[in-house]
Amino acid sequence: MNAFFVIVRRDVTLSLRRASDTISVVLFFVLAIVLFPLGIGPELNVLSRIAAGTIWVVALLAAMLSLDRLFQVDADEGGLDLLLLAPLPLEAVVLAKCLAHWLVTGVPLILSAPILSVLLNMSLKGFPVMVLAMALATPILSLIGAVGAALTVGARRGGVLVSLLVLPLLTPVLILGASAVDLALAGLNAGPLLMLLGAMLLIAVVLCPWAAAAGLRLTIE
Amino acid sequence: MLSENHAPMAQNNPMVLRLSKAILEGRDLALWRGERLLFEGLGFTVDPGGALLLRGRNGSGKTSLLRLIAGLIPPTSGVVLWRGVSILDHEFFRRDLHYVGHRDAVKPLLTVAENVHFWSNLRGGTGTTAALDHFGLQEIADLPARFLSAGQRRRVGLARLLSSPGTLWLLDEPVAGLDEESVEALLVAIREHRASGGVVVACTHGELALENVQNLSLQEI
Amino acid sequence: MVNLHRFANPNRFMRLSARILPWASVAALLLFPAGLYLALIGSPPDYEQRETVRIMYIHVPAAWMALFSYSFMAAASAVALIWRHPLADLAAKSIAPIGACFTLICLVTGSLWGQPTWGTWWVWDARLTSVLILVFLFLGYMVLYDAFDDPQKGARAAGVLAMVGFVFVPIIKFSVDILELRTLHQGASVLKMSGPSIHETMLWPLLVMALAYVAYTTAILLVRMRSAILSARVRSLRIKRAQGESKPIVVTYRA
Repeated sequence: MNAFFVIVRRDVTLSLRRASDTISVVLFFVLAIVLFPLGIGPELNVLSRIAAGTIWVVALLAAMLSLDRLFQVDADEGGLDLLLLAPLPLEAVVLAKCLAHWLVTGVPLILSAPILSVLLNMSLKGFPVMVLAMALATPILSLIGAVGAALTVGARRGGVLVSLLVLPLLTPVLILGASAVDLALAGLNAGPLLMLLGAMLLIAVVLCPWAAAAGLRLTIE
Repeated sequence: MLSENHAPMAQNNPMVLRLSKAILEGRDLALWRGERLLFEGLGFTVDPGGALLLRGRNGSGKTSLLRLIAGLIPPTSGVVLWRGVSILDHEFFRRDLHYVGHRDAVKPLLTVAENVHFWSNLRGGTGTTAALDHFGLQEIADLPARFLSAGQRRRVGLARLLSSPGTLWLLDEPVAGLDEESVEALLVAIREHRASGGVVVACTHGELALENVQNLSLQEI
Repeated sequence: MVNLHRFANPNRFMRLSARILPWASVAALLLFPAGLYLALIGSPPDYEQRETVRIMYIHVPAAWMALFSYSFMAAASAVALIWRHPLADLAAKSIAPIGACFTLICLVTGSLWGQPTWGTWWVWDARLTSVLILVFLFLGYMVLYDAFDDPQKGARAAGVLAMVGFVFVPIIKFSVDILELRTLHQGASVLKMSGPSIHETMLWPLLVMALAYVAYTTAILLVRMRSAILSARVRSLRIKRAQGESKPIVVTYRA
């Protein structure tokens, strides 16, 4: 257990010391959201209609940005071998890295989402569900992203490749999350969808570290 | 217990525990890498306190054999035994070994002390300070690792060996790029390690002046 | 003794496939004209859709083959990862483009069918969306396989991806169902518990075309695998000759 948090602490420390990871993800989030009114036109009605979905799509893309470095940096430095040889099960190592990744990219996304929804004129009615759904979804992004990152260690063009592999797998999360917020905006109960997201999270917590660890073990040379 | 008739059968049967005091054993190891056969029919035994040096030209498979012993890559056939049990079944094998590869697994954003401390903490060791002292790193302990020279980084990687317990040391060209003083420090560490029953397996091009070693030469097949 | 299984003797596969291939090819050559005849001429026009319903005979079996291909790919990948049989890697790699093509055929023919029938080239209903994602999964598999310098690594990474994707296909389908868009697609009419509800004059052309697709897929898959094995042999021989080897030639191949 202690070893688990040692890994989390180190990865978070590293990300905070070179804060560019967190900053670039949030900056991309903001920039991309800003592009929408510029491209679609500032008509508030239109913007509020697309607000929920846009936030989700852009959050997804932003989360992809830092994924390729999840394992690649360790692999390049020679530390991935050592993590494989750690006295901790590899699945726990993966989970620890996912947790660290979520803390430095997922949490900032959750915090910035409500602020950005204001830019897109989303009604305040949707805020609680938005935050809750993001809180459930962003860990899933980190977990499924970790599977993609594990499979592309050492691949050419790893950055783009991770996104290509992971985005199709993330469509359920996108659909559930955006629909939940839309329901809330319409005054309906988003509870069932949130519970489905929660279920997906639980499944991901169990399956993704296992799949990512299998991928790491198989592709090591 | 084993009659003479049984001995030949027992020799090739990895399930039969040997009545020898060898702590590390390889039996009938073969490895394919891609379309190349690196070695086959390879065997070795190392007693506690022993040292096995792997020699051979670049590309002859020394590093692959070392990684095979570490359990990072599976052999195509054959088995490695640690304390008489196959390393694949061995629950605590990873806790008992140190691996120092080509690359130093040094994180540039962490200080020297933090780097060593991370790996030591992960394995529940307490020897960080002593390790840093032994390799002459105490003066630069608080220096971020990105300012280190190649030789200093190498020493940080080697310091891991002393920062937490581990009976088996697997070293890949450990003295590459080290000055004389550091080489001597490593040799002293190895001698002390062997004196207390530890085992060393190292890939080397011949610069390790150790006593009582077994040499294993890998030719290109 | 080196495990020969590692570069498994493909000779047995080559012999077996050499025997199956002509039958599959002939079957495809016979079934396609038969199926097309039945589809275009031998079956009645639909009550509502009239002649355009005939696209169904191309579209529906393509959808079946797309799903079958993905399942085959996932299963072959599992075999490759568990038993490390290189032929399984090769089978998975070979069927990926076939499956991708079937999925595209399904989408394109569906689109062509949708225009006159529903008035739109595309709609984001449950089935179309999940089939579209299936295309991406196939393409992602193919890209990942080739993204590594070491082909074995590529095979393994892609294999894990295929299995992860296989778990996801039902999830994607299910989540897209949640999108409560009006589903223009009709429900299942052939693979139902109570037996096919489709009329038998339409059922037969459908089944014949499906068999034709299966025969074709088998033939093409075997051709792809055989040519991969043969080109690996050629490569091996060239390498050996270039090195002037005096040892007996060990034949290997890459997945």
